[in-house]
Amino acid sequence: MSESQTLTVKSYDTEEKSTWCPGCGDFGILNAIKRALADLGIAPHEVMFTSGIGCGSKLPHYLWVNEYNSLHGRPLPVATGIRLAAGDKFTVISVSGDGDSYGIGVGHMIHTIRRNVNLVQIVENNFVYALTKGQYSPTSEQGWITSTSPEGSIEASINPMGMAIMAGAGFVARAFSGDPRGAAEIIKRAVKHKGYALIDLLQDCPIYNRVNTNAWYRERVYNLEEDGHDPSDLQAAISRSVEWGDRIPVGVFYEDDGRPTYEEQVPATKRFGRATDRDLSNEFEPAALAKMLDEFA
Amino acid sequence: MPTVNEMSFQFAGAAGTGCDSQGLSWSRSLTRAGLWVFSQFDFESRIRGGHIFYHIRVSADPIHCHTRGTHVLLAFDKFAVTERANDVLPGGAAIFDERYDIDESVFAGKDVLPLKAPLIEMATEIGGNRVMANTAAVGVLIGLTGFDPKIIERALWENFTKRYPGSRGEDLAKANVNVLGTAVELGQTRAGDFDFELQPKPGGDERILLNGNEAFAMGAIAGGCRFAAGYPMTPSSSILEYMAAHQEDYGIVFKHTEDEIAGILTAIGAAHVGARALAATSGGGFCLMTEGLGLAGMTETPIVVANVQRTGPSTGMPTRTEQGDLEFVIHASHGEFPRIVLAPGSLEECFEAGYRSFNLAEKYQTPVIVMSDLYQAFAIKSVPRSAFDFDAVKIDRGDLVSEADLDGWDHDTVYARHKVTESGISARALPGHPRSVHMTSGDEHTERGFITESSVVRKQQMDKRMRKEELARTDDMRAPERYGADDAEITLVGWGSTKGAIREAVDHLNAMGTSADSLHFADIWPVPDSAKDALESSGRLIAVEQNYAGQLSNVLRSATGIDTDERILKYDGQQIGPDDILKSIEAEVEASV
Repeated sequence: MSESQTLTVKSYDTEEKSTWCPGCGDFGILNAIKRALADLGIAPHEVMFTSGIGCGSKLPHYLWVNEYNSLHGRPLPVATGIRLAAGDKFTVISVSGDGDSYGIGVGHMIHTIRRNVNLVQIVENNFVYALTKGQYSPTSEQGWITSTSPEGSIEASINPMGMAIMAGAGFVARAFSGDPRGAAEIIKRAVKHKGYALIDLLQDCPIYNRVNTNAWYRERVYNLEEDGHDPSDLQAAISRSVEWGDRIPVGVFYEDDGRPTYEEQVPATKRFGRATDRDLSNEFEPAALAKMLDEFA
Repeated sequence: MPTVNEMSFQFAGAAGTGCDSQGLSWSRSLTRAGLWVFSQFDFESRIRGGHIFYHIRVSADPIHCHTRGTHVLLAFDKFAVTERANDVLPGGAAIFDERYDIDESVFAGKDVLPLKAPLIEMATEIGGNRVMANTAAVGVLIGLTGFDPKIIERALWENFTKRYPGSRGEDLAKANVNVLGTAVELGQTRAGDFDFELQPKPGGDERILLNGNEAFAMGAIAGGCRFAAGYPMTPSSSILEYMAAHQEDYGIVFKHTEDEIAGILTAIGAAHVGARALAATSGGGFCLMTEGLGLAGMTETPIVVANVQRTGPSTGMPTRTEQGDLEFVIHASHGEFPRIVLAPGSLEECFEAGYRSFNLAEKYQTPVIVMSDLYQAFAIKSVPRSAFDFDAVKIDRGDLVSEADLDGWDHDTVYARHKVTESGISARALPGHPRSVHMTSGDEHTERGFITESSVVRKQQMDKRMRKEELARTDDMRAPERYGADDAEITLVGWGSTKGAIREAVDHLNAMGTSADSLHFADIWPVPDSAKDALESSGRLIAVEQNYAGQLSNVLRSATGIDTDERILKYDGQQIGPDDILKSIEAEVEASV
C-alpha cells in the first residue's frame, strides 16, 4: 500500500516511556523489529503482536502497532485464534521471554509448531526471570545460583533449537540482540517464511545475568551461513542445535518452506473466507438455518 | 381399560451392545408417532461394558422431565434383568431372553409380567446374527403395546443404510425388519396381559427430538458464532462435536486445542479481531479457563463460555449430573470484573441462550458464561419445530465501529479502545484499519490500552468496567419466571435444568390441594433487580437445587437479603425428578406437623 513506501523505523515510535533498565538487550530487539517491519513495508495496522508477561513482553507497548498483551505463557494461543479467525489480514508476531515461552508456555509452543500456524515467535532469551527479580529459567544452565536455586539449579536447561526442530518447526533461527541489523535480517526471513517460525533471540540482562553479557556472547557467536551451514539439511540443523558453549551458532538453523499452514487448511475458511469478514446479520436466511432442525426429525 | 400413551421404558444392558442406539430409535419413533418423549441416558465413564440404560418416558402431552420407574424393562443382558428389576412399576413387564437363567423371585409379589422370549433364537435363525436380539426385544415391545411396527421399520432402515452404505446396509435393514416382524407377532400374543397401550397420534411430522447441547449450538450458529474452541470433556463434548460436524455448512472455524487454557485463549484471540467466538467445557476445564476469563474481562473482549456441569470436585463422577459450579462461576478468576451468567432450563432457552449470549457479550464487551449440566446435555426431548424461532434471532453487535465510520475518522484521531464513558461501554473498533491501531492488555491499562500503574487511572478503568455490570443488571437481566397458582403458599425456587421437574411438582401440588408456584432463574448474574420483589411476593420459599450448599439460595440471599426457608438439595449425581421433590415436601410437611 502507498503508506508502506514511506515507512521508516520512526513509523513505529510511540510516546510510551520504556521501563527497561539502561543497557537492556530488549532495546536491541525493539530496534531490530522496527527495522524489519519498515524494510518489509508492513504498516502498523497490518501487524498484530501478541505478548505474554515479563520485561520483554512489554516490547509491543513501545511500538506503534496493534497489540494484544495477554497472560504469562499464553501469547501463542491468542495468536493462533487471531490467525485462524483473521487469516492473512495481519502479520502475526508473538514476543515473550524464555520463562514465558519455554517454561509456562512450552506446551502451547509444541502444539503451535506441529500445527504450523503462520506466525513468528520471538523469544527474548536472557536465561533468567528478570521482572520477578532474578530466579532461574528453563534456559539457565545447570548449577546457576539464583534466589530460587540458592545451591545452584539441579535441572538441565532446555535446548530450544533442538526442541523446535524435533517438534517439526519449518523455520528455526537464533539471533543476538547485540547485532540488531543481523537480528532484523533474521526477523525479515521469519516473517516471509510461510508457517510457524521460531527466533531464539539471545540478549543480556545487565542486572540479573552477569555471566551471559554482550561481551560474553560476542566472544562466542558465529554466523551459520558464513560457516557454510545449509538450512535445508535437517541432520546438519540437528547437529548445530546442540552446539553451545565456546561456539554459539547464530542464523537460520533450519528452513522448510513448502508446508501448508494450519489456517489455509481450515474447512470453514476454505469455503467461507475469513471468519472476521463475515456479515453476520444477513449471512443465512432464517429458512436456511431452520434446515438444522431436519437432522433431529 | 388400558392406560394409553402414558408410560416409561428402560432399555438396559452393557455399553457397546446397542441399547443406546435402540433407545434413541425408540424415542425417535415415538416422537414421529405424534407422542411426546423425554429420554435420559444413564451411563458410566468407559467405552465398553459396564451397565447402562436408556430411560424413555412418553406422554400424550408435552413432558419436560423424567420420572422414576418403568413400565417395560428391555434387558439386553442377564445382569440388566436383576439390576433393573426394582425399577419396574406395578403392572409393568420385563422382556428378556428365555436363555437367561434368572431367579424369578426378583419379580415376586411385584405384579410384574416377566416376558421370557426366544430373542437370541429369532435373531440367529431369522436374521442370521445374534446381535439382532435387540431388534427382537423391540419387536416384542411393539406387539405388547400395540404400537405401529412400520414406524420402527423406517428407523431400522434409516439406521442401517446410513451406517453401511450400499447393499450391506440394505441387507442388514431387511434382516432386522424380518426379525422385528416375527417378534411383533410374539408380543401380540401377550398383549392381553398388559394394561398399557401406545396409540400413534397426528402431529409427529412437526416435531423433532434433541438435547440441550444441540439446541444451544444451533442457537449459537444462528447467532453468528463463527469460531468455537475447546478440549473434549463430558458432558460438553457434544457442543464441540456439533460445531465440528457443521463447520463446513455454516463456516465455523473449529479448533480442538491442546487444553482448555488454549481453548479460551484462542477464542479470545478470535474475538479480539471480530469473530463471535465460543469456548465450551465442563467444570474441570472451566477451572483451567479461569485465567483466560479474567483476561477477557480486563481486555473487554466479548467471548461466550459454555460450562456444562457435571459432579465435582476434581474429576468427580464424569457421567453424572450436578449444579455444583454456580458460586464458582460467578466468582471465577481473581480480581473483579463484569460478567453475565445465564442458565437456560429448557431446549427453547438453550437455543435462545445460544444467540443471546453473543449479543450480551458484544453489547457489554465482557465474557458471558452459559451454564448447563449433564442432565440437560444428554436428555433428549421432543419439541415442535416451531420451538426454535429462527426469525426471532437478532444479531446486535453493540457499539461496534464500522469500516465506513473508520474511513471517515480524522487522520489525527488516536483511537482509545478503553475510553471511559458514562455507560462504561467504549466504542469497539476492530484492529486492521489505519485509524484503529490499538493496544490492549491484561495489565491495568490506560484508555489507549497501555500498561499503567497510576492509581487514578486504575480506579477510572475499574469503575468504567464495573458500570457495565450495573447496566446489564438493569437493562438486560430478566426476572425469574413464575409458574403456578396465584398467591401460592409454597414457592419452589430453582435454576437451570430442574425447571421441568419443578413445574411438574408444582402442578401435582396444586392438583392435590396445596397451593404452589415456582420461581425459576435463567438470568442469574448480575442478579436481576426484580429478584427481591419476586422473592418477597412469594409463598414459603423452598429451594430445589442439584448441589450440597444451596448455591442459588446463597447467591440470592447475598444479593437480596432474602433467604429461602427450606432447601431440597440433591448431590448424588442423579437428577431430581418431580416425584423426588414431592417426597421431600411431604416429608417436610410431616416433620413440621
